[in-house]
Amino acid sequence: MTSIGVITFPGSLDDRDAQRAVRLAGATPVALWHGSHSLEGVDAIVLPGGFSYGDYLRCGAIASLSPIMAEVIEAAAKGMPVLGICNGFQMLTEAHLLEGGLIRNDHGGFICRDQKLRVENTSTAWTNQFPTGAEITIPLKNGEGGFIADAATIARLEGEGRVVFRYLGVNPNGSLNDIAGISNARGNVVGLMPHPEHATEEGFGPDTALAMRNGTDGLAVFASAIASLVAAA
Amino acid sequence: MTTPAIPAATSATAGSTSVADTVSNAEVTPHREQPYAALGLKEAEYLSIREILGRRPTSGELAMYSVMWSEHCSYKSSKIYLRQFGDKTTEKMRTNLMVGMGENAGVVDVGQGWAVTFKIESHNHPSYIEPFQGAATGVGGIVRDIISMGARPVAVMDALRFGAIDDPDTARVVHGVVAGISFYGNCLGLPNIGGETWFDSVYQANPLVNALAVGVLRHEDLHLANARGVGNKVVLFGARTGGDGIGGASILASDSFSAGGPTKRPAVQVGDPFAEKVLIECCLELFQQELVEGIQDLGAAGISCATSELASNGDGGMFIELEKVLLRDPTLTAEGILMSESQERMMAIVTPEKLAGFLAVVEKWDVETSVLGEVTDTGRLIIHWHGEEIVNVLPRTVAVDGPVYEREVAYPTWQDALQADSSSSLARAATSTLLREQAIALLGSGNLASKEWITNQYDRYVMGNTALSFPDDGGMVRIDEGSGLGFAVATDANGRYAYLDPYRGAQLALAEAFRNVAVTGATPVAVSDCLNFGSPENPEVMWQFSQAVEGLADGCLELEIPVTGGNVSFYNQTGDVPIHPTPVVAVLGVINDVADRIPSGWQDEGNNIYLLGTTRDELDGSAWAGVIHSHLGGRPPLVDFAAEQALAGLIKSGSKQNIIASAHDLSDGGLIQAVSESILRFGVGARLWITELMERDGVDATAALFSESGARAIVSVPREDDVRFIGLCEGRGVPALRVGVTDGGGFGASADAAADASTSASTSTSASTDASTSTSVSTSTDASTSASTSTDASTSTSVSTSTDAERGAPAGATLDVQDHFVITLDELRATHRGTLAEHFGPVVGH
Repeated sequence: MTSIGVITFPGSLDDRDAQRAVRLAGATPVALWHGSHSLEGVDAIVLPGGFSYGDYLRCGAIASLSPIMAEVIEAAAKGMPVLGICNGFQMLTEAHLLEGGLIRNDHGGFICRDQKLRVENTSTAWTNQFPTGAEITIPLKNGEGGFIADAATIARLEGEGRVVFRYLGVNPNGSLNDIAGISNARGNVVGLMPHPEHATEEGFGPDTALAMRNGTDGLAVFASAIASLVAAA
Repeated sequence: MTTPAIPAATSATAGSTSVADTVSNAEVTPHREQPYAALGLKEAEYLSIREILGRRPTSGELAMYSVMWSEHCSYKSSKIYLRQFGDKTTEKMRTNLMVGMGENAGVVDVGQGWAVTFKIESHNHPSYIEPFQGAATGVGGIVRDIISMGARPVAVMDALRFGAIDDPDTARVVHGVVAGISFYGNCLGLPNIGGETWFDSVYQANPLVNALAVGVLRHEDLHLANARGVGNKVVLFGARTGGDGIGGASILASDSFSAGGPTKRPAVQVGDPFAEKVLIECCLELFQQELVEGIQDLGAAGISCATSELASNGDGGMFIELEKVLLRDPTLTAEGILMSESQERMMAIVTPEKLAGFLAVVEKWDVETSVLGEVTDTGRLIIHWHGEEIVNVLPRTVAVDGPVYEREVAYPTWQDALQADSSSSLARAATSTLLREQAIALLGSGNLASKEWITNQYDRYVMGNTALSFPDDGGMVRIDEGSGLGFAVATDANGRYAYLDPYRGAQLALAEAFRNVAVTGATPVAVSDCLNFGSPENPEVMWQFSQAVEGLADGCLELEIPVTGGNVSFYNQTGDVPIHPTPVVAVLGVINDVADRIPSGWQDEGNNIYLLGTTRDELDGSAWAGVIHSHLGGRPPLVDFAAEQALAGLIKSGSKQNIIASAHDLSDGGLIQAVSESILRFGVGARLWITELMERDGVDATAALFSESGARAIVSVPREDDVRFIGLCEGRGVPALRVGVTDGGGFGASADAAADASTSASTSTSASTDASTSTSVSTSTDASTSASTSTDASTSTSVSTSTDAERGAPAGATLDVQDHFVITLDELRATHRGTLAEHFGPVVGH
């Protein structure tokens, strides 16, 4: 069975939620520790949300220098699927696995809301199970989620189809071009600010048209990694 | 009373920087002047300490006694009343109580080997001085209480009281407090699942910040705060000790604010939620590996409290070398170290054999640790500072046997006049137009308006077990992923009611919290309370307090649910004017499977709306009297606990039979407010008729819509379940009257998500009648559940083109009070959402 590692850093908060999402998607979750140098043979990696190191210095900056990140960077270069959610996305930019950066929300506060997104690229390792143009609703919760990059980088990301998720309706944090998530050129490394792992189990996700808290739009993110690994095997 | 001067307090601790005031020094200098008053002690208390010790206290001992004998730590004014919570109990109330009052938090057996611990505590005074840090550390403190029971904290909520919403200073406090709770709670990774917020000028210079935390544990993981086993090590771990919060419990929390007094800012603690998050995980790993014998968090009174309480609860004495405390500020004196309330610290008792294992775990989590001393058989708490004895006391005299006061109690001179000034003289709404205006005025009033501006700053998703949260009546969290076992919790207090009649006001708070838990489908099982009052040195305040405690204890006895712990906060006043008595009551409920939970709003059209319970003409102290007439007088609504229990039993039974689609309690603002909120929850409208209600209960239209009679709820019932539901109500003797039907427009998406999720809401009126709507609904659902389903291109088109219209309400949904008035969902939503946004700033996405 496919195994997907979830790395716990000091201050990680959504690590066990990510493990649950991996399990609900049909893979085996493996808890990894930031201070180790072992990926324990996992097939893919999730950097979960939270406030690693209290977000001191810059969000994700200290965690991006954790021992295990050397192995993550190496594995990513070899094509292993790597997903960064929220604080994990911030770590991926700090580790230069993804371009751009995340700054304080334009309104200055923390915001938690059910957020509508469009999946702009359905060919990455983490989005291949979404239909083209899929529109999904998953929770968003951050204080520093404003995506920024210089104009040339934005143009390149847009031109190469590397804007993977885009905010719809409401831009909740002032991200340039409404960008909610991006990928690397190869498409195996994806980072996004909203939380797909919080929309994977009926009864505990966002409200949907049919029932309270029943949204499971995030499940396909994890299912995509499994599908891409199975296809590659 | 006058405020003691802080500079003197500081110099009292700083006065002995170079040379410690040792026990032997104290013996030979009996006449040295000691700054007990500046530390918050009365002369009689100081003399009592001298008598206990048989000499003058050292400056270190004086520091310890001053904080531990403070009102905040010793409950010296409230103790004689609080005993009722233990005395007025039945066998049934004790059956599932694993740990009762007196420990860090109460623990309740919830079945399947699980236990839940919860507690609510005040952090009022610091939150006025320094709203951000005050509120943040309030969350941190209550969470450490939960950890120290051996539990994993899993949820927080908060009960907040601010000054008038339009007072310029209110925004300062609101922004700071909400940001502080958001900062600390979010960073800890604990879902904030509810709470309540009120605005009233009585809290202008004395806001209330009551923080509640809930934890879950397996029965075998229960830990207690005691130091047993001679030779066991006393270990301090977590953040380093600094100079913050010195005197927080004594000179800050146990005194009133006075105009022109010195700043008390240095007595406010500073929080580091990251350190606390790491501490949580570290403690849970220590528990899991069974490396800890006893544990205590460091909160009010810091090391003074932890050492004396652990030793008092143990079987011997304790020896501490204070210079081993790791310091953030190396210039701290011994007295400062003893009094510091630096946050994110814990003290554990560890056997020598397990010390290495303990140190390995704390090292893994990069948590700084120092071994301060050990458990002894001397029966005394002895503290050394660089080899010299600076404290030698019987620990119980510090922690347990503090002063107990029977404060003077006086029936307020103004109470009779207040109760005689009933709302009967107030003009009722004579026309339908006026009824409509009043309904809208209430919906947009500060206390009844949407609190999304606040709650959208809190993470409600983290941990993935939140089954209900704001704006439903109670928060609900799954405990066991396998069985679905969960708990629900709600807090309530109506200071206006308690001002009119503190006995009944406390019971009404209990009844409402009980009902809020019941309407979620859970069974109420336990109570925690946070009793916020003015100065205990004011006999009228003591009367209010004694009445409230008696009312609450009597009420709990009648409902047969125990008080498991809580907190008393006195001195909530600036100058001579106390706040309204505000007994915040938190009720915990249990539900066998959170899948049976009931939302507070209707999701489907065509369901019947029933009003359960009896409506009396009860408008004294109501939101209607306050908002429409600026009136507060008379007697609050009657309390009928038997009716509350019958209502709770009915809803639980209906939830199990799956015949109740929604349930929402009636409280502030009455029927019309409850119906409005049920509409706003998912954007489904309602037709309401009140003629039969007016006839059956003998009330006029104003009372029908705005009365705040207790033991009432509105439920929506699918038509096919109507007969069974009526049978259930008759069988259980709960008055039920069909007052309306859900109707039109809405679409199932939450008010919050409606904008984003209701793809074609702006173009169609109803889900069930409009084919195009149902198509797009099922499409988006398919996409969400099965990634392989291809999405209909028309869906994305309709969404992308309706982006700007998204914020609009589904067309057609209304609140239609037949023969009286109609309010569109748009207007309801704008009114409900507008108020906080107007005063504090826009809500993202609105």
